[in-house]
Amino acid sequence: MKSGFIEIKKVSHTYQTQTGPLPVLSELSLSILKDSFTAVVGPSGCGKSTLTRLVAGLLRPDAGTVWLGGQKVEVPRATVGMAFQNPVLLEWRTILQNVMLPLEIVKNSFSVRQKKERATQLLSLVGLSGFEDKRPSELSGGMRQRASLCRALVHKPEVLILDEPFGALDAFTREDLWQVMQSLKEKEPFTGVLITHDLRESIFLADQIVVLSDRPATAQYILDIPVKGPRSLDGLYTPEAIGMLNELRHQIKIAQKRRDSSA
Amino acid sequence: MKKIAVPLIAIIIFLLFWEALVWVNGWPNYKMASPSDVWPAFWKFRTLFFDYGWDTLWRTVVGLMLAVVVGVGLGMIMGFSRTMRDALYPLLVGFNAIPKATVVPIIALMFIGQHDLNTILIAFMISFFPIAVSVSIGLSTLEPEYRDILRALGASKAMIFWKIALPKTLPEFFGALKVSVTLAFIGTNLMEIVSPHGRGLGALFDSGKTNADYPLMFAVLIALALLGIFLYYIVVALEKVFAGWAEREAN
Repeated sequence: MKSGFIEIKKVSHTYQTQTGPLPVLSELSLSILKDSFTAVVGPSGCGKSTLTRLVAGLLRPDAGTVWLGGQKVEVPRATVGMAFQNPVLLEWRTILQNVMLPLEIVKNSFSVRQKKERATQLLSLVGLSGFEDKRPSELSGGMRQRASLCRALVHKPEVLILDEPFGALDAFTREDLWQVMQSLKEKEPFTGVLITHDLRESIFLADQIVVLSDRPATAQYILDIPVKGPRSLDGLYTPEAIGMLNELRHQIKIAQKRRDSSA
Repeated sequence: MKKIAVPLIAIIIFLLFWEALVWVNGWPNYKMASPSDVWPAFWKFRTLFFDYGWDTLWRTVVGLMLAVVVGVGLGMIMGFSRTMRDALYPLLVGFNAIPKATVVPIIALMFIGQHDLNTILIAFMISFFPIAVSVSIGLSTLEPEYRDILRALGASKAMIFWKIALPKTLPEFFGALKVSVTLAFIGTNLMEIVSPHGRGLGALFDSGKTNADYPLMFAVLIALALLGIFLYYIVVALEKVFAGWAEREAN
């Protein structure tokens, strides 16, 4: 068996809330290959975000282990980049300064000029050339999210974690950003983990789609997408893609049913 | 041009209205001094105005700086620790609820004769609360994602504070500082008026009262207004420099 770059092994996690313990993950195992792109879908509140926080080392699991490139994840590491639904750009910095932020934290051998070059190059890759000196408040939601993706990638992380980055955008902007994400995938080497509610998004971007069951979540179903290389939006309307969509929707219904019967 | 002319004309109209009000009613200057009484009163005591004005100014500024240091310190403690916030907040609210005019004689007796210290203390006590509250709220309402983008890179707590928490709190801090500067100024004058044989514009005001020199009292009021405006706009200028990014264009 080929072992993955990210190995999640029998991970369980329970939050202590005011109303008592809330188990969110239960013996979840998952293997993600190097430079592949994995989408994680599942019912709302099933522990998807918890999973990303575990992989990023922001949270330690109660049981089980997360391995990243053969090393056990126990603390945050600089080889991870993150982007959230909220682009969280710093209002007092320009777009360029925002993108350069990780380079101020992570140890690197870049000179100031190289840092600027790297950030400028990424910004042009996502179509934000000419906006380097603008403030975040001067940009639209989609543009802010593009800048946020640049910030997540500027320090050349091995793993890119995306927690519903396109969730708050309108449908057309979202499709634009899927394509931006696709071109980033081609130009930048990283292993991607995408949390999403959008099944079409997962089919467009991912090599592997994981359906999580309802809390406490475990990997209920894994779908491998056979299409390699760049995809087109039209590809989402082929019989194969629609077949996959239906299967995913069916699996999510099963996951939700488990909640209804246990509630 | 228009930006200066409009407020200037407004001030002139106000002064004319004031003068006319006194003149039409035939009020003697112990009832209401008119602007034309005020200038001679100022000119007569001009050296005192500048000496005492300086006293009032530096005492207010030192008191305010103390309030900034203590207020930011308390705000940080309460902003970062839930327990400390629960512990300190009721105490602070209680302390703030005491009308400071009642504390003035207590402090005046506690450090009798030390006018500078007394005045600075009151200016400080009356003005640190808004700063402490705004900083603690600014820090405690920092969205977790802001922290996570740096934490995920392995940044230390100090780094997160410098890069994110501090700059993000600056607009709230300056909002509070604008309130505090006015409060500190009130505190300074309260003490200057109350403590005997003191210095400062408050003391000059008090001597106007004891000598029944009413135009002098009005002249002090005008001087205080000018000084207050000056202090306020210093804070506004600092805000422009350090938190100008928070101002949005109005389009």
